Amino acid sequence: MLSINNIEVVYDGVILVLKGVSIEVREGAITTLLGANGAGKTTTLKAISGVLHSERGEVTKGTIQLAGQRIDGMRAHDVTRLGLVQVFEGRRVFEHLTTEENLIAGGHVRDGQSVKAGIEMVYDYFPRLRERRNQQSGYLSGGEQQMLAIGRALMSKPRVVLLDEPSLGLAPMLVEEIFAIVDRLVRQEKLSVLLVEQNASMALTVADHGYVMENGRVVLEGPAAKLRDNSDIKEFYLGLNEGGARKSYHDTKHYKRRKRWLS
Amino acid sequence: MSEDLGFLLALLLNGASIGLMYSLIALGFVLVYKATDAINFAQGEFVMISGLVVATMLSIDGMPLIGAVVAVIAVMIGFGFGLEKVVLRPLLGRPVVAVIMATIGLAAVLRGLSTVIFGGETRAVSLPIGDDPINIGPASLPPIQALGAVVAVLFFVAFSWFFKKSRMGVAMRAVADNQQVAQAMGINVERYFALAWAMAGIVSALGGIVWGSMLGVDVHLALVGLKVFPVVILGGLDSIGGALVGGLIVGLVESLASGYLDPYVGGGTKDFAPYVLMILVLMVRPYGIFGKRRIERI
Repeated sequence: MLSINNIEVVYDGVILVLKGVSIEVREGAITTLLGANGAGKTTTLKAISGVLHSERGEVTKGTIQLAGQRIDGMRAHDVTRLGLVQVFEGRRVFEHLTTEENLIAGGHVRDGQSVKAGIEMVYDYFPRLRERRNQQSGYLSGGEQQMLAIGRALMSKPRVVLLDEPSLGLAPMLVEEIFAIVDRLVRQEKLSVLLVEQNASMALTVADHGYVMENGRVVLEGPAAKLRDNSDIKEFYLGLNEGGARKSYHDTKHYKRRKRWLS
Repeated sequence: MSEDLGFLLALLLNGASIGLMYSLIALGFVLVYKATDAINFAQGEFVMISGLVVATMLSIDGMPLIGAVVAVIAVMIGFGFGLEKVVLRPLLGRPVVAVIMATIGLAAVLRGLSTVIFGGETRAVSLPIGDDPINIGPASLPPIQALGAVVAVLFFVAFSWFFKKSRMGVAMRAVADNQQVAQAMGINVERYFALAWAMAGIVSALGGIVWGSMLGVDVHLALVGLKVFPVVILGGLDSIGGALVGGLIVGLVESLASGYLDPYVGGGTKDFAPYVLMILVLMVRPYGIFGKRRIERI
């Protein structure tokens, strides 16, 4: 559905952030992108959705294709029109607009008659938003804002959704609630999702396929189940030791274990 | 009714109508700030240009008034679009100060060019509404002020509807809230910037007609733009309702100051009274009476 082929991204004409990243997002599946802070996950999403331009970044090499059509170099609003939408890290709702106005703004690319139906669909998936429909969205709770951010993205009738850290700063129960809804959306609306997460264990539970990024490169890829069993992933992302038991700080390590993919 | 009360009523009526005419100009400023975050120091010059265009149009023999009005609106829409494209778009994503300096420079250029193109003499914009004051109780109002007030109110109703109820208006507010996210929602941000400037052009066109007709048109017409600042700072830079209320307050304060204070100090109080009030309000509410509060969740 979405294929990123060996892209390089440069900021301000000199700072090389992505050094040849290739990712496949399959139709009707959740693909997750893991990695530490500064690995280039968010930049990857921004390169795909086209908002990179407004941050003076640029895709200098490689291609990005949405259902066979090249979208690298396109403006963000044109990419959204083609059915790909990004949900930003940190929710970023239009704070001064009400919940419903946020959804109306999200449905900008729709034709006028279908906006109402779209809003109803979002309310069906996120009933809490219906209760808050006339409230200024800046005053919603963090979880509600995340739901609104996802709902607002759905308003553009996307085929591919880029989800950037939906669990950020939310209580574990809320995270589960939101992921359950995302899972339902993928199955019922035939969405394809590219999920960026710090919460690796959650991400690898819901995802079908995963990639691990470090320093602007993809260093590991595979089916989510396989990644969950990878000893490096366990050690560095899931906080488990080789045997699978929870790591304890009582048995302090005497040496720093080297990531295998670096050798 | 006592004479004092009649005097007060006359001052209030005069202040309110002038105030509404200030709001009309402030509205142009607010529209641009709301959508694009740009502070337009050339708002007064917009009004001046449209006054000059109207006066020139009307001096053509056989030009009907309606023709001149349509023409000036068209010119100002084009002017707003063009300005956004040529001057402001290259500054997109630059610091706010760059945009402010650009509009200050633009104001100077427009004042200079206007004398070159239209000449320096004062022109009249005569509207077929007569000069006989309209009597309301003991007070009376020049018809041009009544017209200005009505036009201002109509615009406020129209723009309030636009921003609250239309999809375009909601999209424009979304752009104002967060440009990057708006873009990702499929909103063509630059098109909405241009639209905001064009709307400022329309408002200025009407402002130029009513103010030009009242004061006569020359370079000094641009000075009404200075009154925009106490108005928008009182009302809140990004609030349409605030522009209305701010305009009314400034108009009333001016009028009352000139009525009650001028006799004691020998005149001129109306020119600074609004600024004194502005400073006082800023101390209490830094974002104006209706301005957007920064939302902080705890």
